[in-house]
Amino acid sequence: MSNEEEHEERNREARNEETTDTAPQKESAPGAEPDAVEATEAKVETLAEPAPAEPVVEEEEPALVRAAYEHPLPIRITHWVSAISLFVMVTSGLRIFRAFPSFGPKIPEKVLLDIPKSLTLGGWLGGALQWHFTFMWFFAASGVFYVAYQAISGHYRTMLFTPRDISGVWPMARHYFFFGPKPPATGQYNPLQKLAYTSTIGFGALSLLTGIVLYKPVQFSWLALLFGGFHLTRVWHFAAMCGFLAFIPGHLIMVLLHGWSNFFSMLSGWKREPEYQE
Amino acid sequence: MVTRLEDKELKRRSRRQLLKLAPVAALGILAFPKVSDRLVAAGVRFSDWKSGGLFRSQHLAPTFSDSEVVAFAKFPYNYYDVLDPGVDLEKWTLTVAGDVQRPGEYTLAQIQALPKISQNTRHICVEGWDVIGSFGGARISDFLRLVGANTGARFLEVECVDDYYESIDMASVLHPQSLLCYEMYGQPLDRGHGAPLRLQMPTKLGYKQAKYLDTIRVTNVLKPGKTGYWEDQGYSWFGGL
Repeated sequence: MSNEEEHEERNREARNEETTDTAPQKESAPGAEPDAVEATEAKVETLAEPAPAEPVVEEEEPALVRAAYEHPLPIRITHWVSAISLFVMVTSGLRIFRAFPSFGPKIPEKVLLDIPKSLTLGGWLGGALQWHFTFMWFFAASGVFYVAYQAISGHYRTMLFTPRDISGVWPMARHYFFFGPKPPATGQYNPLQKLAYTSTIGFGALSLLTGIVLYKPVQFSWLALLFGGFHLTRVWHFAAMCGFLAFIPGHLIMVLLHGWSNFFSMLSGWKREPEYQE
Repeated sequence: MVTRLEDKELKRRSRRQLLKLAPVAALGILAFPKVSDRLVAAGVRFSDWKSGGLFRSQHLAPTFSDSEVVAFAKFPYNYYDVLDPGVDLEKWTLTVAGDVQRPGEYTLAQIQALPKISQNTRHICVEGWDVIGSFGGARISDFLRLVGANTGARFLEVECVDDYYESIDMASVLHPQSLLCYEMYGQPLDRGHGAPLRLQMPTKLGYKQAKYLDTIRVTNVLKPGKTGYWEDQGYSWFGGL
């Protein structure tokens, strides 16, 4: 059976399921919870119709669109707050780094890289610190809330990279670099996406913890030990930013390639005609 | 979880969900400098307030063995105006003012008569570099007791010979590692490092640790726009580590 035939087949199966058995849909998607009320209302309407009497007529109803409520409101809010905060943290952070662009001693100072002023925010060290010290709170709050929401809602299952995903990373990467077939979509995110998104949580946690040490090295001297001391913590903090800088271009390119409906889903939550089946 | 909806219904739900996100769009006002200036100023005030809460008056900054101290030649000279403001070391006295029982002029000898504290601590600059140095001096708290200062007051203001000025919260001033420093590496403070007397506080960033001290004042009120040379230009006032 070819891939397309298989899709068709599964589509038909899915439709049958929908007309014969309504229960699974009602309990659908823990992620769809914010819409639970709406979904139930819709269900009540359809149930009120004498559905079982004329199933054939029902099939003739206006064409239905396949859609998935992919991103619950807390995810969308934290995504955009984090995106803005991250932009501010990176650009102001680069300005702060510019004041001492080295990881070595002050004497003699070896300039590691000269960051163009145009890429930075704040105008001068003091201005950049103001941005950094303001948006660190938004970044931290958004990150902590995001992780807590993912953990409590169980929604993390759509995106958390687990050992099972390891084998799927390479085929996906191969496909993206134009020398492999597209692996079938099995869920909201493919293994490479899961790896990327899970990594960003790691980068976020690293930047937050190292940031705490750099901001309060005396009060959190015990935490500094975890990163090999105050001096090395600055390197880790920078490394966490490099992680984000590695992620962001790929993320933006993918968003551009996948078009409006995909992008719009991070605004409205709903994705029209998702690639995956269930 | 894929569901099937009428096109109209999908659009309606998308629209409703999109509207719920509208408050985030309010962040767009950050594009206006007038708004963002006020926001980040408030952000720094909030951070300072939180920092004051995090400060533990008896929690010591890490100290280091002599072998971990950086060579004296590698301890940077940092200054905002001139490296040597030409202090007359012979005639120098520290002026004490404000909420104290015994205001007036105090000599270096009087400060050196207080118990001497020697400590190897990390000096951290707001720019990002840090050096472990060796410092000696008297506890500020001991000196404040000597002059009969009201340590229940909120701030210590300092003025320097080079017109630098600072103000520091009393809790940090009274910290056991906060020194009126007159020695580095076992030698009298040299002119570049703030002779004859500077603040040395491992719980504070470098710019709080004023050099070439001239006057200290115990007070409950800070003049707005006169809280510290760099702070008045935008640095965090608390500057605590």
